Amino acid sequence: MNQEQVREITYAQAVAEAIDEEMARDENVVLIGEDVGIIGGNFKATVGLRDKYGDWRVKDTPISESGIIGLGVGMAITGMRPVVEIMFSDFIALGMDQIANQAAKIRYMSGGQVKVPLTIRAAMGGGRSSAAQHSQSLHAWVAHVPGLKVALPSTAAELKGLLKTAIRDDNPVVFMEHKVEYNKKFPVPEGEYTIPFGKANVVREGDRLTIVATSNMVLKSLEAADKLGKEGIHVEVIDLRTLVPLDKQTMIGSVKKTGRLLIVDEGHLSFGAGAEIGMGIMEDVFYDLDFPMMRLGTEDCPIPFSPALEFPIIPDAKKIYEKAKMMAKR
Amino acid sequence: MSAQKRSSKKKGTSDGNRYEEDFLKNLYATMYRIRQFEEQVFELYKLGLMPGLAHSYIGEEAVATGACAALQDRDYIVSTHRGHGHLIARGADTKKMMAEVLGKKDGYCKGKAGSMHIVALDKGILGANGIVGGGIPIATGAAYMAKYKDTKQVTVSFLGESATNEGTFHESLNMASAWDLPVVYVVENNRYGISVALDRVTKMQDIAVRAQAYGIGGVTIDGNDVLKVYETVKEAVASAREGQGPALIECKTYRFKGHHVGDPATQYRTREEEAFWKERCPLVCFRDYLIEKAGSDEKGIVALENAINDEIQEAIVFAKNSPYPDAVEAFEDIYFEGR
Repeated sequence: MNQEQVREITYAQAVAEAIDEEMARDENVVLIGEDVGIIGGNFKATVGLRDKYGDWRVKDTPISESGIIGLGVGMAITGMRPVVEIMFSDFIALGMDQIANQAAKIRYMSGGQVKVPLTIRAAMGGGRSSAAQHSQSLHAWVAHVPGLKVALPSTAAELKGLLKTAIRDDNPVVFMEHKVEYNKKFPVPEGEYTIPFGKANVVREGDRLTIVATSNMVLKSLEAADKLGKEGIHVEVIDLRTLVPLDKQTMIGSVKKTGRLLIVDEGHLSFGAGAEIGMGIMEDVFYDLDFPMMRLGTEDCPIPFSPALEFPIIPDAKKIYEKAKMMAKR
Repeated sequence: MSAQKRSSKKKGTSDGNRYEEDFLKNLYATMYRIRQFEEQVFELYKLGLMPGLAHSYIGEEAVATGACAALQDRDYIVSTHRGHGHLIARGADTKKMMAEVLGKKDGYCKGKAGSMHIVALDKGILGANGIVGGGIPIATGAAYMAKYKDTKQVTVSFLGESATNEGTFHESLNMASAWDLPVVYVVENNRYGISVALDRVTKMQDIAVRAQAYGIGGVTIDGNDVLKVYETVKEAVASAREGQGPALIECKTYRFKGHHVGDPATQYRTREEEAFWKERCPLVCFRDYLIEKAGSDEKGIVALENAINDEIQEAIVFAKNSPYPDAVEAFEDIYFEGR
């Protein structure tokens, strides 16, 4: 990226910009969801789109998650390219049949007769005292279902490029936006660009330890890596960008170099993305490991409301720093 | 009014000679083709030649036949787990259907769908569906597309009475009515959700009354009267096409067989009830109507039946001769890879 051409916008503005550009480019792109229109979304991520594109292209829907995801499936298989917003990713539970049994399966079960260019955007993650029904990181649920793609953008610049790719993809994509990022400003290049799926981003190079992270955990890992760097421990940080498709090669190459892998993902630890990432590359890197692979994730309990309870169970820069430092010992 | 009362007025058919004989014979041919296809699927199951199960449409033929006759070629339908009838009524190729039912390579979906999930995009069939109520919002989405692009296409969403107790039914009808989407919901009320009779789990026995809650038209009709189904759906489709929004049409009917080919239906319904409905067999009633009221020659009808019998036998031969898919094909069509 040319730093001179970079300006700062928020993560939420990056959502609106990506959708705006794709709507301008293709009349088949429509946005539907709860509160996406007049108020520009619960997280203000779609501000201005209804004014620009009208009520039929930016549709405020009733509170009917299953119905609106299904609406998106029906539109997608009849030639449109819908973007469906599910306000909090926890609410995908209400639409899970349409995601897992319909969107993910229709192409396959039709023997390839149809395609499903559907993007389902949802806000994930804790850290806002939203308690157990508005704070979860459920990307492993959907990554478990063949037929879906799953993206987790870490910054506004990442979000814009990945969301444009999601909308142009002819497959159903579950696009998990981290809710604590919406109001943060990030440098974002001017003009149009896309970021391909399945290509992890080495955001910081290092030789002592590899941290593979997703979404907001990339930023927390970078914070930890900065601190470790000042202590002479150079950590490589990889932003996975997409869980499906999963870029194993970039991780394998990095771990072969560093011999140590820490996976940081905000999903619950048990049966989570971290376990799959580790086992997914185990046979390729086992003999290169100098230390057992380790994971950080949200503890196996519902996300509590009180900040006094919530923050201790979710990984943060301090926990990543401590774990990484312990692992990096020679 | 109950279906029984309505049906007892005159078994099965509307009166008068309002239609060309060819049109009526085509309706009969479609109903007979569905019946014969289903009878043969049952035979294949009994012989152990069919993997898995199938849900028989026998007894409900008038609904699919009448409804699909009211559509244009470019319209869409969304079907159910009991979908063979809808597909045949929509003109699907019985060879490719039979091959799919047997899990063969030349099936509509290359053996990945089986009986319950056939898609035939070239016939506007957006899919049968293994999830009860799963297709209702998909049909509604196709209607959103048609409204957004002003294509004047109408989608018929077939569903059973039990699907109306799923949340997707409510969510879909609410949106379709709020936005006047061109979709017609055709409810096949065959009284049973697998083994559970509607009156054991639902207070109101006429599903059509639910339409009132959405501010749309809703009628209950004799689903074994193919002309009544045709006329009612035709009117609703025309209205939807003109932008007047959706409608709900409840067709009272009965499945002669069990829930699927392996269900003898002995525990949850009476032989008397079955006999009552078999007296009102849509196929027999319409055949009688053709001969007695429409002036059709029985020999001509027999010839038509024989030709369809041959067609279905050819479909079976085609399906049996079709190879099974290669094991590696399991990994094809998961994602669209091209551009």
